[in-house]
Amino acid sequence: MKKTYILEDLDCAHCAGKIEEAVAALEAVEKCSLNFLTKKLVVEMEEKNADGVTKEVKKIVKKIEPDVTVEEK
Amino acid sequence: MTKKLKRRLRNIILGAIIFLCAMVIQHSASDINENIVLVIFLIAYFIIGLDVIKKAGKNIVNGRVMDENFLMMIATVGAFLVGEYAEAVAVMLFYQIGEWFQSYAVNKSRKSISDLMDIRPDYANVLRDGKETELDPEEVQIGETLVVKPGEKIPLDGIVIKGNTTVDTMALTGESIPRDLTEGEEVISGCINLAGMIHVKVTKEFGQSTVAKILDLVENASSKKAEAENFISRFAKYYTPTIVVLALLLAFLPPIFIDGDYFKWIYRALSFLVISCPCALVISIPLSFFGGIGGASREGILVKGSNYLELLSKAAFVVMDKTGTLTKGSFQVKEIHPAKEADISEEKLLELAAYSESFSNHPISKSLKEAYFQKGKEAEFDKNRIGETKEIPGYGIAACIDGAVIYVGNKKLMEQQGVNCEHLETGGTVIYVAKQGQYLGYLVIGDEIKADSRKAVEKLYKAGVREVVMLTGDRQAAALSVAKELGIKKVFSELLPGDKVEKVEELFAGKGEKEALVFVGDGINDAPVLARADVGIAMGGLGQDAAIEAADIVIMTDEPSKIARAMEISRKTLAIVKENIIFAIGVKVIVLILAAVGIASMWLAIFADVGVAFLAILNAMRTLRTKQVKKA
Repeated sequence: MKKTYILEDLDCAHCAGKIEEAVAALEAVEKCSLNFLTKKLVVEMEEKNADGVTKEVKKIVKKIEPDVTVEEK
Repeated sequence: MTKKLKRRLRNIILGAIIFLCAMVIQHSASDINENIVLVIFLIAYFIIGLDVIKKAGKNIVNGRVMDENFLMMIATVGAFLVGEYAEAVAVMLFYQIGEWFQSYAVNKSRKSISDLMDIRPDYANVLRDGKETELDPEEVQIGETLVVKPGEKIPLDGIVIKGNTTVDTMALTGESIPRDLTEGEEVISGCINLAGMIHVKVTKEFGQSTVAKILDLVENASSKKAEAENFISRFAKYYTPTIVVLALLLAFLPPIFIDGDYFKWIYRALSFLVISCPCALVISIPLSFFGGIGGASREGILVKGSNYLELLSKAAFVVMDKTGTLTKGSFQVKEIHPAKEADISEEKLLELAAYSESFSNHPISKSLKEAYFQKGKEAEFDKNRIGETKEIPGYGIAACIDGAVIYVGNKKLMEQQGVNCEHLETGGTVIYVAKQGQYLGYLVIGDEIKADSRKAVEKLYKAGVREVVMLTGDRQAAALSVAKELGIKKVFSELLPGDKVEKVEELFAGKGEKEALVFVGDGINDAPVLARADVGIAMGGLGQDAAIEAADIVIMTDEPSKIARAMEISRKTLAIVKENIIFAIGVKVIVLILAAVGIASMWLAIFADVGVAFLAILNAMRTLRTKQVKKA
């Protein structure tokens, strides 16, 4: 399944790259892409892993850009 | 301006005022205690740079050191330690101003891009139980009736069931002339209703509607990255660590081996750290591509990824399908010639052809049916006369009419069936008719060349395309007459659908490594070729899901001149990307050298960092400016 997160207040392109890399490295994540301009993080994964991935994504974002809030769509 | 931006601006201004006071005190009162001056500078420093220091601290806790916040902190703390108080605060101040402008510019460009794509309908007025209810477009079901008033956006795809109006398709196609709509016609979401109130029966859910598809396509376009973008990510990965290592070497090697002046060399090394962020490139390159894609979509050209925009700028071969791309694809029966020996009237010949082709959706079949119906025969049309029919791709049709097998198709079909027929050299498409092995005669069907096809070919050559090639399944004579009129020299005709892929493969062989091959078709039956080409462009995509699906670039209108326009946009975008790469890396390298030999101060270094980023963003925003926007 594909899941989209909106990263509110994301305004550092360099950090966006780091977030994308970290999320892509998660074991449960098959594919992910972060569009800095639309602030959308699209993650492909198996449905059963969705909750776990959401938790991990929030953790990663908190670590790299503490000001950014993650909204699920 | 967002709350966060406002707060940051307030801190910058407050800090700048205290900083100025500190400067004035330092210079005017020479007898003042050094420590008091330091304290005032420190106050200014913390007001301006607290965000940076906090972030740097958090990053260290998380075990990541190579971060621009940390480096900026080291650079400024270092400047304090070597006694350059004013410079330390100034560097932090200008860094923050630069960062602020970057965020501001990013927000602005985000907004202008989303304005550009402002086609998402906010609500839908649905008729439920005879009452109008305002709903989220996503909640509307297929088959429900929408009420759209003048000035409102059409929220979902459907069919007009009541009322007439004109609609503005500008946001979807870039076309400024409104389109007329009458009862029974299809209407596409995202258009703006201009004149009258209409009722629309919904035919697609919101997720499947044109608007949703276009938005999805444009928003996800940047997930397919261009080579230039990948280059920048790789560059960014190595750039910062390299600069930090160089700074360390610069701080300690020269004083040990040359003059022992640690302060001087550490100061120079600190300037290095200030230039260590690749921000200018990391932000401006994706922004350029996104702007280019946004600007193109404004003109009715949808690009599915920045890689396609990049490839398009390298197009050396543009291969175009004839029918529906260069010609209108609206065929008309021009001549009817019964064979002398067949003893059949013109009317009867047309009737047989029309009946045989009546189940096919091929444009030629449709034209036969239309011509027959135009003679007032619609009421007489009797489906029961048609027996089994079989389409033979690339040849024609075999149909059983009134119990007799009729063959309708091209010369190859006649030869295959062993029918003797005349050989003809006309510009139109010739359709032969035979009944159970006996030749009955032929019909000539003409197609019209689109008004801007000639200009399109001309513009493509001007844009630097090496060769424009035309492919068609049509006969050679018809193909050559179109090609001649358009100024296309290379033509492959009489191709079966499978042959087209083969021809494209042949062209691939003659193409340089850095050149791209573009295929343009109508997206309906040339999906394999669209997929095989470096860039597949589908024409006339408005409302055609298959075309939007299959192609890399979709042109919403059916004007071939938009292909040249798309190339112009891609060239402009790539030129800006190159400018930014050269400008940003160039300035940084020069300032690094100047800082190493001691000519550039930290002030210049901070310009090389944030100033360049800011200018690069401004330059990137030029990609958004397309003709249409200028007019508005």
